[in-house]
Parts: sequence; C-alpha cells; structure tokens
Amino acid sequence: MAESFLLKYIQEPDHGEVDAYVGRGGYEGLRRALGMAPAQVIEEVETSGLRGRGGAGFGTGRKWKFVPTDPAVTKYLVVNADEGEPGTFKDRTLIEGDPHRLIEGIAIGSYAIGARQAFIYLRREFHQGRAILERAIAQAYAKGYLGRNIQGSGYDLDLVMATGAGAYIAGEETALLESLEGRRAMPRLKPPFYPAVKGLYMQPTALNNVETLCHVAWILAKGHQWYRDQGSPILYSISGHVRRPGVYELPLGTTIRKGIEAADGLHSGRTFKACFPGGSSSAILPANFLDTPMDYDLAKLDVYGSMLGSAALIVMDDTTCLVEVVARTVEFYREESCGKCTPCREGTVWISQVFDRILHGAGRLEDIELLDGIARGMTGTCFCPLGESVPPAIYSTLRFFRPEYEHHIKTGSCDVKALARA
Amino acid sequence: MKAALSEASKVEIRRLMAQFPQRQSALLGALFVAQDEAGALYPEIIAEVAEVIDLPVSEVTSVASFYHLYRFSPEGRHLIQVCTNISCLLSGCDRVLRALKQRLDIEMGGTTPDGRFTLKTAECLAACETAPMMMVGPDRHGPLAPENLDEILARYG
Repeated sequence: MAESFLLKYIQEPDHGEVDAYVGRGGYEGLRRALGMAPAQVIEEVETSGLRGRGGAGFGTGRKWKFVPTDPAVTKYLVVNADEGEPGTFKDRTLIEGDPHRLIEGIAIGSYAIGARQAFIYLRREFHQGRAILERAIAQAYAKGYLGRNIQGSGYDLDLVMATGAGAYIAGEETALLESLEGRRAMPRLKPPFYPAVKGLYMQPTALNNVETLCHVAWILAKGHQWYRDQGSPILYSISGHVRRPGVYELPLGTTIRKGIEAADGLHSGRTFKACFPGGSSSAILPANFLDTPMDYDLAKLDVYGSMLGSAALIVMDDTTCLVEVVARTVEFYREESCGKCTPCREGTVWISQVFDRILHGAGRLEDIELLDGIARGMTGTCFCPLGESVPPAIYSTLRFFRPEYEHHIKTGSCDVKALARA
Repeated sequence: MKAALSEASKVEIRRLMAQFPQRQSALLGALFVAQDEAGALYPEIIAEVAEVIDLPVSEVTSVASFYHLYRFSPEGRHLIQVCTNISCLLSGCDRVLRALKQRLDIEMGGTTPDGRFTLKTAECLAACETAPMMMVGPDRHGPLAPENLDEILARYG
C-alpha cells in the first residue's frame, strides 16, 4: 500500500499555520494550476480519476466540465462542509487538521471553473473547525493565496465562510444552496436546477465535498500520474464496535474485513454481526459480505441500496439488536425530513410508529409485510435522496435478519444473545 | 429578556450582508447574532432582524423555525447535546443519557433550575471516533462514561 498522504499532516501541532504548510510544499498545487489554462486543470483532475467524496461518487473533472466556460457568466464554487451522514467524520478531521489543504483545493477548483467567489457552507456544530478555518483563511489572504491577483497571476478569488443552523437535509446539494441563500433548506427540483447550470443565485455553481477538494490540492501538487500510483486512496470513517474507531486512509475497494482490521478489529470475545458499509443510508450487510470491496460498484451487489456513500463503515457485533438500530435510523430520517414531499414526510412517521410498537412488545406479525410495503412506497417516489435513504436498511434487515423481527414480535422482547447462540 | 437588538449586533448583521451577492444569504448568520444577544428569537427580535435585512417577518420566522439550532424560548447557559445516532447508540449513549438526566435532575429538553444547563439529544455530530459523545456549548466530549460526566460538567459554571 502506498504511503498515506491525506492524513499525513493531520497530527502535526502546527497544522493550521500557513508557514508550516508552505514549508512542506503547500500551495505548490495552486501555483502550478495558476500556470496552466483552466481547461488543463480540469483535464488534470479528470485524468486523475478522482470521484467526488461526498457520497455520489461523480467524476470531479466531469462535474467541472458541465460549468459553462463563458467568461461573461458569473460562476461560483461552493464547498459542502455540512458533514452529517451518520457515521461520517472525515471532513471534520480534514478541516481541523489540514485547513490550508482545503483552501488550496478551493482556489484550484475556483480557478478551473472561472469562479471569482467561493463559499464554504460549514456545519454550524463545527465550532473548532470554524475557528481554525477563519484563521487559515485570514492567513491565506495575507500571504496572497486568496484575494486579488493571487501569486501575481492576475486571478482574483474571494472566499466567504457561511454556516448552517442544524439541518441534515442541508447536505443535499440543492437544499444546501437554498440554505446558503438564506432560506429553508428544502431541495430544488432537478432538472432544471442542476447546480452546474443553475446553482447558487441561479448561476452556474460547482459544488464539491471537503475531502474531494483536498484530493484536488494533492493532484495538482504532485500530478495525476503520481496520484493514480497511490491507488485511489479514500478516507473511510470507521466506527461502532471496533477497538480503534477513526478515519483511515485506505485504497478504494478495501474490503469490509480489511476495514475492520485497520480499526484494530472487534472487541475481544465478540463476533461480527452486520455493518452499514456506507453510512446509514446504505443497506445493512451480514457476515457473508465481509470480503466485499467497499467501492463505488457496491451497488452492483444483489442488495438493494448497497453503496459506498460517504465511506462510513459502521460495525455491529453480536450484541447488537438490529431492530433497534433500524428503528433509530428511521427515527433520524423522520426527524430530519424537510416535509416537502409526501412519501418521505409520511413514510418516515408511519415506519417509526410500526417500529415503536414492535419495540414495545405490541408488534403484529403482519407488521413485517407492512414495513416492506411502506418502504416500497418510498422507493423511487421521494423528491430527494433523504427519503430514498430509508428503504435500504429495512429491505436488507428484513432479508438477512427476519428472525430477529419475528422474535421481537412473537415474544415482545429482545434477546439478542439468545439469537446469537441459535 | 431583551426586546431590542443592540447597534453592535445590527452592525454585525450588516457586515454579514455585505459578504454575499444577495442580502438574504446573511439570514442564518444574522439569526445567530440575534439569538446570542437576546437569548432566544422572540417575535420582536425576529421583527428587528427582518427589518435590518429588509425581509418579510413571515419569511424570517419561517426560516428560523426550520433549523434545529434556533430557539424561541431561553435555555440554560450551556447547551448539552448528546448524540444518540447509530455509532453512539452502539457505544452506549443510553447509559450516558440516563446518567445525565439523573445528575442534572431534568428531563430531555429541560433546563436546570439554576439556569446552568439545558439537556438535549442530537443527531450525528460527526465525531463517531469518540462515541458515545456529546457537545457542551462549543466543546466536544467523548468517549463518555457515566463515571466521567461529573468531571466534565464541573468545567462549566
């Protein structure tokens, strides 16, 4: 495995300082980009094979190519730093540990698409990250990496940081734009509002994830070939029942088993039961999927809703009650549903009610079919991905862990340990 | 309770407005400025924010009511947000919540009689490596155990 680089400087005590960053070769990627034509920069990123790390995995270079090149049109770059997918904490780690890398990526991306103004939409709860970024942005202005005539190139960029106010849905790209415009974070209809064409203030906008832009800084500093040689590293957030939960830089396509090993394995005496391979919006997979690579192609598995998503691996051992876990997951989406569309607004409430009675010993056997039916009613019918995130956990647990539901319903109690022995 | 925004807060809101091509983009930040000063977003405070940014009061109220971090009645000096999402659930957040409710002798959403703490649950706060975790004001704390709660709470006066 190639040496880790994304996390290389995270632990440095001087992480937020521009001089230390420049001393280690920081902002070299920006210098190099400014010496290239914007189209060449996009080409470099596209050739690197980088795919967006926010969850959808869309090619970053391709995404930028959708932004019109007409210099008379005002364009924006917006950073989605509203990390909130349950189990995901890599962006927060990068913001706090290597803020200038993000700023460098922002400047490179903005230059590539011809934006003169960029915005960071930061999750409000990231108080520490906000303080670190504010300081780093001020330093970058002072040293001429932001502002007018960056490094004598004639290119100007203004970077503004805004925050959310507590809403998971604001992580959805069009809802984020609504929020950044000072409105309720409710998603826009796509089409016509693909951000690259009609984004912030209805102008063409490149929306990128924090980790994605950190990759961009490295790609421009070291070249696409070097980047490809590193084996498409990706940051996996690994949490739950592992001994050393944390952010791990591993090659794209690392298996679930290797991911768990990287996090020092399960607690002693415990056995693996299930996992979310890509955050709570992905399917829950049992032990026979341990050797499945965590890759964008996960969707090709014969399990509805399997996906890499934000690369958040949540590990659950044999002490876990999956009915409780799914109930909590649904409750989360119910709480965070913006209420715009009926399947999501009503479906999450209805499913929560069914789980409530199952968990309180009042479940009925026909509730199993009912859960499946409501999930079907939400599949492909919701306005945005939030509602569509609910069915995978339900379908997969009904398929792989149906006895657990039946046990709850028949006995009115949870006996995970008895089930583990059975 | 203060019924009026100070000039300093209005200046800060205008500074936020100047950062954006469209003034409404400053609204989320402006509401925090107002909330921090007044303690909560009382109707008259919302009306003042609306006036400074030149937006309908109904629009400002609508936006404020959408997001979790705005409040319409006062809270304790320190907001405790205990994450109850999956990774924290798996790591025992229930025990932490029970212990906190007991120590503070309040229910979820409640404020201690001395006005020191308000206790709430929160969705994933993106710090699962320290599960189970909570935030007290702007600070993250974790991994938590019922035994280490007293020491943490003691830091907040």
